[in-house]
Amino acid sequence: MSILRNRTIAPIILIAAGSLALGACKTTPKELPPEPTQTPAPTGGMDTVNGIVPGSQADFLAKVSSDTVYFDTDESNIDSADMATLQSQAQWLMQFTNKRITIEGHCDERGTREYNLALGERRANAAKNYLVGLGIDASRISTLSYGKERPKAMGSNEGAWAQNRRAVTVTVQ
Amino acid sequence: MKTTTLIAAALVALSAPAAFAQDGGLVGSVSDESEWQDLGIAIPAFPAQQDVATAAAPKTTGALGVELARIITADLKNNGLFKPVGPDALPRISFGEATNPQFPRWQSMGSEMLVHGFVKAAANEQLTVGCYLYDVQLQTELVREGYVVSPADWRRAAHKCADLVYSRLSGEDPFFDSKIAYIAESGPKGNRRKRLAIMDSDGANHRFITSGTSTALTPRYSPDYSKIAYLSYSDGNPRIYVYDVNSGRQHLVADTGSTTFAPRWSPDGKWILYSMAIGGNTDIYRVSSAGGGRPVKLTSSPGIDIGGSYSPDGSKIVFESDRSGSQQIYVMDADGGNQKRVSFFGGRAATPEWSPRGDQIAFTHIAGNFRIATMTPGGGNLRNLTDAWQDEAPTWSPNGRIIQFFRTERNSGETSLWQVDLTGRHLRKLDTPENASDPSWGPVRP
Repeated sequence: MSILRNRTIAPIILIAAGSLALGACKTTPKELPPEPTQTPAPTGGMDTVNGIVPGSQADFLAKVSSDTVYFDTDESNIDSADMATLQSQAQWLMQFTNKRITIEGHCDERGTREYNLALGERRANAAKNYLVGLGIDASRISTLSYGKERPKAMGSNEGAWAQNRRAVTVTVQ
Repeated sequence: MKTTTLIAAALVALSAPAAFAQDGGLVGSVSDESEWQDLGIAIPAFPAQQDVATAAAPKTTGALGVELARIITADLKNNGLFKPVGPDALPRISFGEATNPQFPRWQSMGSEMLVHGFVKAAANEQLTVGCYLYDVQLQTELVREGYVVSPADWRRAAHKCADLVYSRLSGEDPFFDSKIAYIAESGPKGNRRKRLAIMDSDGANHRFITSGTSTALTPRYSPDYSKIAYLSYSDGNPRIYVYDVNSGRQHLVADTGSTTFAPRWSPDGKWILYSMAIGGNTDIYRVSSAGGGRPVKLTSSPGIDIGGSYSPDGSKIVFESDRSGSQQIYVMDADGGNQKRVSFFGGRAATPEWSPRGDQIAFTHIAGNFRIATMTPGGGNLRNLTDAWQDEAPTWSPNGRIIQFFRTERNSGETSLWQVDLTGRHLRKLDTPENASDPSWGPVRP
């Protein structure tokens, strides 16, 4: 878990003045948010940087700190590391206002199948609600639960399960 | 005489009426079944009146008679119920012997019970199968039945005969002539192909229903076997469909645009329960299985309320909820009233299924390992029946004496179907063509 949490978080831009305050109210951040940086000028329609089309899934993956937030066992709360990740995703969504996303909720294998479908849905919605709180229109975000059907890490140990308890944001292209 | 006494004692113990416990639930005793299970039963080949061609798989009535005796032997043996000796280890009998058994011959072989039968070609390509159970010691007939079956259904005659023998000797209701829907699994752990499949209770007549291009999960046979409700990702989202076995068509159980899962039938087949997630909150709904009509929302707690299994009389529903903070088992009236938690022991409790006898709830008990467990509908008498790394999703045999479930292996993720009887002593793995999960055992066929 700690390895995942310590991955480098790319600098983010403050989108809404209230977003950090909102996060601070919810829980004490484990690490301070990065300094605000200058907003880059929006790129034009088909300009590419290093072959990446702005607004594409590749562009999304290149610009956000992560496409994935992680959860504790049987939990769906958004912690400070998740907030930073989702803030970077919100920033991208603010830049590409015609783009929609699907948030896929997943669980580890140590739960019963149907409950995990519901828990995955709950996790995807937790991520969605946080993005909506940052000002992203709810109609741009759909959720999809895979329960325990699509693990990312294949082992049967706490390290693998921690990687599988996740919500992954995928852009609709 | 010893044998007869033992059977009589077993029958008295097993047929004692279930009594109401103080908590309002039915309780049934789990009696020691070892005595009648040790009965030696001889099952020679069923002679054919004439060995003639039939459209049934064994091709001739003579070969079919041998197969019938093999199937009956396997039914009684594989479920750990009796110690039968089948046709491959026994002498053949003449057609006339089926109704006129040569008791001294079987007595000298040490048989205590004797199953005889015969096969006759009937009109319109049908087959007539006779089934007789004799007590060798008493030299008397205990019970007989005859079946007229179409060639395609020839195996059912064997299951009916096995049911007759089992019911007469144990005092229990029959269960062999029944079917199972389940999910066949193949491929790597991270991207499993999951197909809806069906088979008879002994694994025969296996058929894949879906192709595996989209994930299928959690099937449930309708009580009359005409439909299967199951979850499919066929449009990309998890949704419950009702598949019509005869037409091969399917429709959404509720066209809501929301995630629907955990389908369940009412005992009379008129209703389907489903769980629906809206905004991360899951509740249980009831809708007419005939289609049309507004779904009725049965739960409204701000948590995950899921699943649901009707009591045999349809008056109550046992379901799972994490409203207390973790998965636990609750009982409510069929209209959603009087919701009450019943599981109060260590660990989590999930996937409750009401026994067809009404006296027990089977569920997944999560406390370290995942075990198959039973309790009374009032939450008493917790019994863990299995102990492996991950056993989950119990489903009852039609007579409420055996529980099927699926087992997942640690790391590999390999899955398989298993069954255990209520004593917990008779545990066995079922043969399936691929890995298998989510079993759903239907009732005895009409």
